[in-house]
Amino acid sequence: MADFTPHTAADIASMLDFCGLASLDELWTTVPAAIRLAAGTLDLDPGRSEPDTIAEFERLAAANRVGAELVCFAGGGAYDHDVAAVVRRVAFRAEYVTAYTPYQPEVAQGVLQALFEYQTLVARLTGLPIANASLYDGATAAVEGVNLAVAATANQRVLVSAAVNPRTVEVIRTLAAGTGHVVDVAPLDRSGATAWPVQGSAGAVVVQYPNYLGVIEDVSAARAAADAAGAFLVVIMDPVAMGLLRSPGPLGADVVVGDGQVFGTPLSFGGPYVGLFACRQEHVRRLPGRLVGETVDVNGTTSYVTTLRTREQDIRREKASSNVCTNQTLIAVCCAIQLGWLGASGLREMALRCARGTRYARESLLGIAGVEPLVDGPVLREFAVRTPVPAATVIDRMADEGFLAGIAIDDDGLLIAVTERRTRDEIDRFAAAMDKVTR
Amino acid sequence: MSPPMSPGGRAASIPLMGRDAEPTLFELSAPGRSAASFRTTGVPEWTAEELVPAEFLRSEAPPLPEVSERDLTAHFTRLTHRQYAVDLGAYPLGSCTMKYNPKLCDEVATLAGLAAAHPAAPAATVQGWLELLVALETALCEITGMAAATLQPPAGAAGELTGLLLMRAWHGAHGEGQRRTRVIIPDSAHGTNPASVTLGGYTVTTVPSDERGCVDLAALRGVLGDDVAGIMLTNPNTLGLFEEEIVDIAAAVHDVGGLVYYDGANLNAILGVCRPGDMGFDIVHMNLHKTFAVPHGGGGPGAGPVAVTAPLADFLPGPRPVRTGSGYAWTTPEHSIGRVHGWHGNTLALARAWSYIVANGGDGLRRVAERAVLNATWLRHRLRGVYDIPFDRPNMHEFVASTTALKKATGLRAADVAKRLLEEGFHAPTVYFPLIVDEALMIEPTETESLETLAALGDALQRIADEATSAGNADAAHAAPRTTPVGRVDEARAARHLIATFDARGE
Repeated sequence: MADFTPHTAADIASMLDFCGLASLDELWTTVPAAIRLAAGTLDLDPGRSEPDTIAEFERLAAANRVGAELVCFAGGGAYDHDVAAVVRRVAFRAEYVTAYTPYQPEVAQGVLQALFEYQTLVARLTGLPIANASLYDGATAAVEGVNLAVAATANQRVLVSAAVNPRTVEVIRTLAAGTGHVVDVAPLDRSGATAWPVQGSAGAVVVQYPNYLGVIEDVSAARAAADAAGAFLVVIMDPVAMGLLRSPGPLGADVVVGDGQVFGTPLSFGGPYVGLFACRQEHVRRLPGRLVGETVDVNGTTSYVTTLRTREQDIRREKASSNVCTNQTLIAVCCAIQLGWLGASGLREMALRCARGTRYARESLLGIAGVEPLVDGPVLREFAVRTPVPAATVIDRMADEGFLAGIAIDDDGLLIAVTERRTRDEIDRFAAAMDKVTR
Repeated sequence: MSPPMSPGGRAASIPLMGRDAEPTLFELSAPGRSAASFRTTGVPEWTAEELVPAEFLRSEAPPLPEVSERDLTAHFTRLTHRQYAVDLGAYPLGSCTMKYNPKLCDEVATLAGLAAAHPAAPAATVQGWLELLVALETALCEITGMAAATLQPPAGAAGELTGLLLMRAWHGAHGEGQRRTRVIIPDSAHGTNPASVTLGGYTVTTVPSDERGCVDLAALRGVLGDDVAGIMLTNPNTLGLFEEEIVDIAAAVHDVGGLVYYDGANLNAILGVCRPGDMGFDIVHMNLHKTFAVPHGGGGPGAGPVAVTAPLADFLPGPRPVRTGSGYAWTTPEHSIGRVHGWHGNTLALARAWSYIVANGGDGLRRVAERAVLNATWLRHRLRGVYDIPFDRPNMHEFVASTTALKKATGLRAADVAKRLLEEGFHAPTVYFPLIVDEALMIEPTETESLETLAALGDALQRIADEATSAGNADAAHAAPRTTPVGRVDEARAARHLIATFDARGE
């Protein structure tokens, strides 16, 4: 059995003696006897050695079909992008992995500076001046964006585009049970973009860019709708798309959120990912989560520190507008290193390659009898088709053919994502398999 | 005679080169330089203009830094030389449980069969993942004495809010949603508790601690009523003390129809020794990054699963992994409060936690608690007479010291001790928390530090106190830290003149 404690029998005897205790059981005198368990009471297996534990995990891992066994054409908020070797080799150095929140900045300049650079990168992608040091994931970042908008406008009506990721909408609704926000949905037009404007006033207008169906939304139209409703505009951004599309900040977003998994984090069965959060300068006092600022030390040397701390829960307690404490720092560091590796030209190339694969896959699939476009708006790296057999059936049959075909939308819609990893050969085989399973 | 032992957790030898600040990534950028390369795909090479309507296209690429891979690697590696971490030495940061995280847990998280799985993959293709999640849920329920759990919450605070929404759903289902408006928390609670209560749609009623450092049961009874939705408690509490009257506290809250919520921040102290379920708790969140050795990542990711008693199981977030006759599947409880995460939670962190539980086993987990408490108890005895110990009673995994007397005599404050300790090769304890202790030093050595390390830490803390006492002032500590990559950081300036991005420099 593995043992991660260093105590020898002699250590324990000497420590008990020093503390005036006769036995380890005397450590528990303040635990009422009625609820105290005898050793060995828990119904858990005995411990295992390191090799035996890893072998058990190899067995579990082998019971999942991944990679070439199930070539990934699914997205919907989790994307199969290549991860640069430098991310794995550098971000997973022990100093990043095993530190905690930088409460003592003098010995935490590494994490603090990495976060300062991450904030700068997120700000540049979104086109907004302020970005925080990360949130949990895209969905929970959207909730924080909504909460900021509602607090700033004192209007609890939240108007969400019907083409926002349904899992994100569900999280917004779940948490609205506590805050009392009222969530309404804005419908789509035939192209698959949101049909603005909408009736009535609101605190937040939420749009996804490109949206859940892959369609590139007109952010300026959403801005106009927000203005008409007296609302803040919250844009859920696909950060990869920023390689080609105009950033939402200059198009009028008050808050931009998204998920940084696409930069340096594998699919991971859904987490940990990283929630991106950026906003206009005037909203900085309402910013959720941690913020790193630049300053100097006693000798005038450039230094970094978490700042505007009076916003946060440990100081404001019940008056805080967010309860976020632990965030996703390590994944933010991965994101920063991957973005540094990509650089300006690399991000453009990555987005372009996604768009090319998407175009090629879409044209290939639409050549199959009975496969029709679900909507006809312009797309970038994800698109939706209507299938002649139920989408769930298509997905099951395609799994037998070695493909993760996508994500079902209602009964006969299939959402398909194509990243820069997908080759022409894979797409050709995907289309051939789709032709077979939809007959 | 054997040679004297050296403490394994003292980090005073870390080498550092030079005293310069590290340039930012943006200052290392040269136009036209790039590290990226892409796979050969054979996909037709349409242009951006052919693929995207002109009105959506940006005119130039986002201004990302342009660096070589060599410079990128050097930069982020140099930053690690400016960063302290558990893998370098002891990190007695109270309430954060900065234990050593076994490397086998890192190994399992890199297995492609786990890391490359898409979260929307059909259940039949991810049976290994579902089996893992069900096994983890079952073990967490056994450890806490609960019936069912959600693994979705990605952090402790997210778990708290999930728990409060479960509380809200429970009262709503019993027609008491409108009437129950208050949640009680002790004055020693973590700040996330009151913030979560507000986001859960409740108001906070604070109950004071008594002279023993525990919840004042009489005061609690005084604030209970049929408008109380529940109470949130950390046990052991943030003073490191076990709430000895916990069974009576839970019964009193249950008597008025309230639910009892367990903040699992300090679960490490009681693994295999006692269970929140047996104490009377209804809802329990756990911080897997504290108790179950998920590395803290510089401030996350963590994982904050929430376990509940059987009557509350039907309200849990969905979808939940379940065992069926033929394997594993997803199911959503009938009265689910809904998702609290975009997918299934921080799943790779959950895998790490499961590997830690598998390796330790039931006996190993009890050993963890035993030795965490032994280490904290030893250090409390060591510091008696050196610092004030405001609640000098049997502690659990941590205890709170104070510089109140030293401050009066010499001006030495808790923050000074923290900064001076960095020069001694140890991370600082948590300072100024809990709020109910003046000049608090909250010390949690964890079970993974050796006796030699504890002794060296005790000696270092004693030196700091002695130094101030013999000088009659705290000048030495005020000047600290002098050995770290930067000296004391001007936090006030950072807030007064906000520079939150490289682009805000010089504005």
